[in-house]
Amino acid sequence: MAELTGAEIFVRSLADEGVEYVFGYPGGATLHIYDALYKQEKIKHILARHEQGATHAADGYARSTGKTGVVLVTSGPGATNAVTGIATAYMDSSPLVVFTGQVATSLIGDDAFQEVDSVGISRPCVKHNFLVKDVRDLAITIKKAFHIANSGRPGPVVVDIPKDVTAHKAEYFYPKTVSMRSYQPKVEGHPGQIRKAANLLLSAKRPMIYTGGGVILGEGSAELSELVRLLGCPCTNTLMGLGGYPGTDPLFVGMLGMHGTYEANMAMHDCDVLLAVGARFDDRVTGEVDKFCPHARIIHIDIDPSSIAKNVPVTIPIVGSVPDVLRELIRQVKESNKEADKAALEAWWDQINEWRKLSCLNYDRQSELIKPQFVVEKLYELTGGDAFVTSDVGQHQMWTAQFYKFDKPRRWINSGGLGTMGFGLPAAMGVQLAHPDALVACVTGEASIQMCIQELSTCKQYDLPIKVVNLNNRYMGMVRQWQEFFYDRRYSHSYMDALPDFMKLAESYGHVGMRIEQPADVEGALKEALAQKDRLVFMDFITDQTENVYPMIAAGKPHNEMELGPCASPPVDTDRELA
Amino acid sequence: MRHIISILLENESGALSRVAGLFSARGYNIESLTVAPTDDVSLSRMTLVTRGSEEVIEQITKQLNKLIDVVKLVDLTEGPHIEREMLLTKVNATGEMREEVKRLVEIFRGRIIDVTDTTYTVEMTGDSQKLDAFIQAVKGAGILEVVRSGVSGIGRGPKALSLQ
Ligand SMILES: Cc1ncc(C[n+]2csc(CCOP(=O)(O)OP(=O)(O)O)c2C)c(N)n1
Repeated sequence: MAELTGAEIFVRSLADEGVEYVFGYPGGATLHIYDALYKQEKIKHILARHEQGATHAADGYARSTGKTGVVLVTSGPGATNAVTGIATAYMDSSPLVVFTGQVATSLIGDDAFQEVDSVGISRPCVKHNFLVKDVRDLAITIKKAFHIANSGRPGPVVVDIPKDVTAHKAEYFYPKTVSMRSYQPKVEGHPGQIRKAANLLLSAKRPMIYTGGGVILGEGSAELSELVRLLGCPCTNTLMGLGGYPGTDPLFVGMLGMHGTYEANMAMHDCDVLLAVGARFDDRVTGEVDKFCPHARIIHIDIDPSSIAKNVPVTIPIVGSVPDVLRELIRQVKESNKEADKAALEAWWDQINEWRKLSCLNYDRQSELIKPQFVVEKLYELTGGDAFVTSDVGQHQMWTAQFYKFDKPRRWINSGGLGTMGFGLPAAMGVQLAHPDALVACVTGEASIQMCIQELSTCKQYDLPIKVVNLNNRYMGMVRQWQEFFYDRRYSHSYMDALPDFMKLAESYGHVGMRIEQPADVEGALKEALAQKDRLVFMDFITDQTENVYPMIAAGKPHNEMELGPCASPPVDTDRELA
Repeated sequence: MRHIISILLENESGALSRVAGLFSARGYNIESLTVAPTDDVSLSRMTLVTRGSEEVIEQITKQLNKLIDVVKLVDLTEGPHIEREMLLTKVNATGEMREEVKRLVEIFRGRIIDVTDTTYTVEMTGDSQKLDAFIQAVKGAGILEVVRSGVSGIGRGPKALSLQ
């Protein structure tokens, strides 16, 4: 068999792995690989304008498809620039394989030009990483990287490849499958535990289902819907879990947590049995842990044992993949001779519907200024709720989560765990490449968009007709909101001074720019933008600077101590005896 | 509570730093850590002594198991086990203490492995408590140097921590 160079092996391995796109940026250490890429046509390389952008783009591709996103960056600054993107993927369990160039093996440890310890730097924010020291290990290492990234609880894997390894030659063999003695994720849940869970759910008087990103990552939405409808109980999603259960379904009570709905959080507080599925009891969700779900016995389904009982004690832990466990749970519920307490469930819903009457998300619709919520609501209406929506981090992210009702999984793409400003636009690029005919919108803020604004150039090069909805409040709104509430309105460094003219900026990148200043123009502008199917349109909405995200649970407060906005109806009396 | 966790680890470069990094990143404490290859060259055996509540220890074992390089682990403190640590120490041995130190070494079943006019170097194995007690006992003579290997441990009975 003819021998191939490491660079050729690299490219062949990706092709055999079925990789469609590589998001990258070249440099000295990856030149052999770029040369090999040049000589083939199977793998398309997308040149980002910054390695952070490349990594987020691969992440957007991964999140919207379930396939592994692939990144290729050079050594040193290429690798360090990618770290934010890697950490973002790690916190949200997104499957990425990130290849970093490295200086030649003979130079490692010498502080050579553009040398960093990529394996060391990335170690705390990867699922696993490798340094390939011998070209004969290259193909098998790539196989292992893909296997690890997208099995069990997914996550990013870094493969560091020294330059000489890409020049050395070896025989090429890419295994179809790989098995590792030290890594065998568990899929099926324990049937005994599942039976206990079924019985507990059927004995509940106030059941509640709380689901997270694991339902989406594990492709368990259909099973989740079946279970929720079978039990007839309320369902809430985390920020990462939106779309896991249909947002327009009457059994859906909205998102929970810090900026979740009143009804979702109150139902969490009062429920007597909580089923948590693929969620990790994050502090933004639980509020004060000691007062979290004080009346509930908790069932927790997760593929990662370390997620279970990490923050909150659990009555029935079930380790396994979401759809597998849910299918078995549905079967057990159906076969059980136990009957659900219909009367109790009806009373529970009466209570929830009382909470719903508060209209906790209501905002001032008469305002003469553009309300950001209004823009998202209109975007939702005009896209028929069927767009892929990415966001950055801040108030605009929360409003999008609250007002865009996602009915399908993998449609809502945001950095929930790390909260990375700059994620939205590059992530949208990956989504658009994966779904060329779909409508992809990026809802952002004037501060966040500037963190990866250079990717507008990438969008031009690859004709990505993303619709950028910039909710421009001339503030780092979320920071301003906290300063207003908790720092006596001392707006320390949260004003965005010296903003560019976004319309002209977009135009200079070759896109369509729009500025919208009146509420009456919002709908027309959105329609006009959505009609431009082949162009990126950057809509700069000049919004009300003082708008805050409501409702809100202040950090460290329990679920039943929500602060409601000025436009919610007067609070109902919630001081009741609990059965 | 003090726990002794025994781990079979892939003998890969970087495996040790993954374990150490996990402990520092998550704020767990390590009392001692030893690692060396086994009869199977592809595997290392690590013994780690840590302290924490039941919940913390549960998280530690789960997080360790999650590391890709960890093949298998057992919390030895959950069952009957044997714990050993080796101590090398150099102590002053002058005047009347010269005889006293020698006596103490005998009581603790250690060995004097190097001698000068003024010092003894002592080797001793045992569980950590015994070594602590010896150090306490010879303190009066004047300790010049203490070298401890860290704990290694093994379960009692026929069951073994191995690939099978
Ligand atoms: C990289 C990064 N730096 C800082 C922060 C802290 N932060 C969270 S929200 C926010 C303000 C975001 O402002 P903008 O993008 O304008 O959105 P808005 O809140 O106004 O909707 C900041 C600075 C962050 N999340 N990410």
